[in-house]
Amino acid sequence: MASNLNLKLKIWRQPSTNAKGTFQDIDANNIPETASFLEMLDIVNQRIMDGGGDPVAFDHDCREGICGTCSMVINGIPHGPRRGTTACQLHMRLFKSGDTIWIEPFRAKAFPVIKDLAVDRSAFDRIMVAGGFISVRTGSAQDANALPISKDDADSAMDAAECIGCGACVATCKNASAMLFVSAKAGQLNSLPQGQPEKHRRVLGMVQAMDKSGFGNCTNQYECEAACPKGISVRWIAKLNRDYALATVHESLLAPAKGKGGGAA
Amino acid sequence: MSALLKSFSTFLGSSIGKKLLVALTGAVLVLFLLGHMIGNLLIFAGPDAINEYGHFLQTMLHGGGVWIARIGLLVSVVVHIVLTIQLTRENRAARTERYGYNATLQASKSSRIMILSGLTILAFIIYHLLHFTVHAGNNYGTYQVILHGENVHDVYKMVIAGFSWLPASIFYIIAMLLLCSHLGHGVSSMFQTLGLATERTRPIYEKIGSAYAALILIGNCSIPIAIYVFHYGR
Ligand code: HEM
Ligand code: FES
Repeated sequence: MASNLNLKLKIWRQPSTNAKGTFQDIDANNIPETASFLEMLDIVNQRIMDGGGDPVAFDHDCREGICGTCSMVINGIPHGPRRGTTACQLHMRLFKSGDTIWIEPFRAKAFPVIKDLAVDRSAFDRIMVAGGFISVRTGSAQDANALPISKDDADSAMDAAECIGCGACVATCKNASAMLFVSAKAGQLNSLPQGQPEKHRRVLGMVQAMDKSGFGNCTNQYECEAACPKGISVRWIAKLNRDYALATVHESLLAPAKGKGGGAA
Repeated sequence: MSALLKSFSTFLGSSIGKKLLVALTGAVLVLFLLGHMIGNLLIFAGPDAINEYGHFLQTMLHGGGVWIARIGLLVSVVVHIVLTIQLTRENRAARTERYGYNATLQASKSSRIMILSGLTILAFIIYHLLHFTVHAGNNYGTYQVILHGENVHDVYKMVIAGFSWLPASIFYIIAMLLLCSHLGHGVSSMFQTLGLATERTRPIYEKIGSAYAALILIGNCSIPIAIYVFHYGR
């Protein structure tokens, strides 16, 4: 028999970006333990709307842990207490009746609050625009296996590609640093042959876009890895540090001067 | 040239560039600390051993060696401090609104007090230089001894006198505890910042860092403890 939970919620309410926010106490009674965390919020919101109130704004989309849209900090941990799990995949049976649950937005200067729990993560988009892509020829598909890639490299790149860009790394980092996200996105492409032509430019561009957005600096405390719903490893951060040093040496000392490539005019 | 300068200023302006310089200057200081501690432990080999070592440092390269080391260390310390203060301020500015409920998943205590341990070390470095290098407020500079028929500075007597005063011994030990904490996070962190750590090697670097921090703590504290508590040389 599934039972119901009576919970005390402390939810961050902030009407708009520049407004002052506060925690609102909400009693969430009779929540089925089979509900997901977001379904619990749906039930709470329905009750608020039934009473003519303003529902809690929160982001969500796939609700199956793959899109990275859900973004909230539950009892101090982005996506809540269960490791390797997004908020949408978190189940209420993890909580006990009588529990107090703190629900807050991801907090970082680079992620301004839009309303309540919804934050603006377009800083991540700006980082991707600065180098999180490869340029390929369009047209008919190329022959399979025309570009040999070792199984180890392919697997490793897939580890980084698991990043769903949710921003939990930023939210949990003591310094609101985006290094885990940037290093996974850059590292995934830098590990593969298709990523080589633009490698140095990508690394310099993405790091510059990251710094410009007002994220903090990594202090190697590895909170990000522990909070990441996909378990992205901090080895990607080491690789980004290494690639950044190489890209700087390349650009400042080794690369041909601009416009002196030696090709026909 | 101007392109090179531009690259350098971009590097210095970036978070990773600053961190790489913090790690490199940290590495210089880490290597220095080990050498400095081994040299200091010569006090347990008797007056002649440490006095000869002190004399060697003072006269190496006709007296130039010690200045090369001093300038190198000064540059490293200044770069390390200026950049870490800047990084710490940027980190605080990156989160203006605090969490209502704070949780820490796996960050060590040492890693969370780096600026505090660092600034204590800075205060210690200043005191230490005034105490044993500049001889401010003491007459340690006048201690002389004859070694191999030559008049040299009596380092042995200076150290014994220095640590016979309880407040000095206590401050040295407190500073070494915070240095141990700083190194406990700093040494392994340095490998990560320099891009040398992988999933396989990180646990090894962490063990090396802890062992190194403990070694520096025990080695350096053994001197004031031996002198003050066990009356070594007194
Ligand atoms: C003997 C003196 C010192 C040694 C051996 C030392 C060593 C180190 C090392 C190895 C690191 C790790 C670098 C990295 O993460 O890549 C570090 C970081 C740091 N040091 Fe020092 N340090 C010393 C003095 C100081 C002083 C005087 C300060 C004062 C401000 C300081 C502040 C810091 C801070 C705040 C960090 C963390 C930087 C970050 O992770 O962003 N250190 N130190
Ligand atoms: S809503 Fe898509 S990952 Fe949670």
